[in-house]
Amino acid sequence: MGIMKYAPSALANMFKPPVTTKYPAEPAEYPERSRGHIEIEIDECIGCGLCVRCCPCGTLSVDKLKGTWTIDRFDCIACGYCVEKCPKKCLYMKDGYQEPGDDKSPITYTKSPEQLAKDEEQRKALAAKAAAAKAAAEAKAKEAAAAKVAEDNAK
Amino acid sequence: MGKRSVIPFGPQHPVLPEPIHLDLVVEDERIVEAIPSIGFVHRGLESLIEKRDFNQMTYVVERTCGICSFQHGMGYCETVEKIFDVEIPRRAKFLRTIWAEMSRMHSHLLWAGLLADAFGYENLFYQCWRIREKVLDLQEMTSGGRVIFSVNKVGGVIKDMDADMLKAILETIKDVEKELKVIKKTFFNDYSVKSRLKGVGILTPEQINALGAVGPMARASGVENDMRRLGYAAYSEIDFEPVVSNDCDCYARCYVRIMEIFQSIDIIRQAIAKIPDETDLFVPIKGNPNGEAFVRLEQPRGEAFYYVKANGKPNLQRMRVRTPTFANVLALCEMLKNTEVADVGLLVVTIDPCISCTER
Repeated sequence: MGIMKYAPSALANMFKPPVTTKYPAEPAEYPERSRGHIEIEIDECIGCGLCVRCCPCGTLSVDKLKGTWTIDRFDCIACGYCVEKCPKKCLYMKDGYQEPGDDKSPITYTKSPEQLAKDEEQRKALAAKAAAAKAAAEAKAKEAAAAKVAEDNAK
Repeated sequence: MGKRSVIPFGPQHPVLPEPIHLDLVVEDERIVEAIPSIGFVHRGLESLIEKRDFNQMTYVVERTCGICSFQHGMGYCETVEKIFDVEIPRRAKFLRTIWAEMSRMHSHLLWAGLLADAFGYENLFYQCWRIREKVLDLQEMTSGGRVIFSVNKVGGVIKDMDADMLKAILETIKDVEKELKVIKKTFFNDYSVKSRLKGVGILTPEQINALGAVGPMARASGVENDMRRLGYAAYSEIDFEPVVSNDCDCYARCYVRIMEIFQSIDIIRQAIAKIPDETDLFVPIKGNPNGEAFVRLEQPRGEAFYYVKANGKPNLQRMRVRTPTFANVLALCEMLKNTEVADVGLLVVTIDPCISCTER
């Protein structure tokens, strides 16, 4: 007989608790690997821009001098390619969704003033080092030229 | 002969998850001709290759469709790997197989739910989707996304499954198998289900071959057409026989898809038993692709065809995807002829339409 095939399941289901949970009263559980949204440890960022170049939807932008990292969350597809590419591993995927916002503007993360000052110092030190190296190279070249002139004169 | 009139069906219709429009030419209550029109969700993904490089395209291609997303990513990666002529690590092949079969399970369970909904069996619909949720949880646990995996990469896969995950998969599919056996009885033996599915929408094997229908549609009409037998990913090392039925009607399509879920469970078990213990998940790819290649693979809905042409630049020259629904729409129009208007919704659902795939 082909009727009432579903009846045992239907009857059993009457005495079972609901399968669904009362979200958001009961918080959702996310697995460890869940790709919810991208977060950044902005102070670790070196502003290399690899994430900007690899992003399939062009949602990221980086300003190295100002120490900012900008994301338009509405364009992001949470593919995780930038996380994979980041050389400093300061980008990571966080589970769960973000709270709804009241405007559609991109979000900018800026480095802390201490980190910015540190970066500036580092940049100056590097610039000074480069200038010193350049000066040394120039002096060396001058010396060599002078030596060559002296050699030619001696001939 | 009655008076002919045209009934528009779709693009918005309760039975349709995605927009397709059919002009049904009817005589009295019988359909004489069905004229399809698509183009409501075209996104131009194929032309995006001009703006995105071949690595970025892996993530774009996956978003062609929300249901067979993994298989789209896999098809694309296999094609580009063919151009590079690289052999990916064996473990990556097995991981791809496991993920591909998981997505087949969830796709067929989703379809079974939609079918139950189409013939008005709400309770069965909920039970199918309840089971599907377990498969989705597995997908989220292993890849990080419920339906969009983003684990493929040209040259292999990004994420690994550890021993705990493989164990969790085995436990969950055991549960799924047990619960599916209960639902199977209703789908196969229930009087009301049979009365809606038996003898409706008949497509003969000759029609299938003439119209080029693929996947479960073809297998339900006795045409043994399964691209997994070509042996891509790790399918060459797995023992399976395509599920075929000779009934040629909607009931056969339901039978084939539900038995394929059991087949997927079996394939996952075999793959987990045979998965090699390696640490390498991908081979490094150097340079840009140069050449052209195509790959055919079996998606939940049937055969998908991937063609890629590259000229040594980061951006590909041409990419073409022929999706299973694209091949099955013609068969749908043939199938609709001489059926009742009341069955149209059901018949459209039985081809498992994925319009977003088709329009790319």
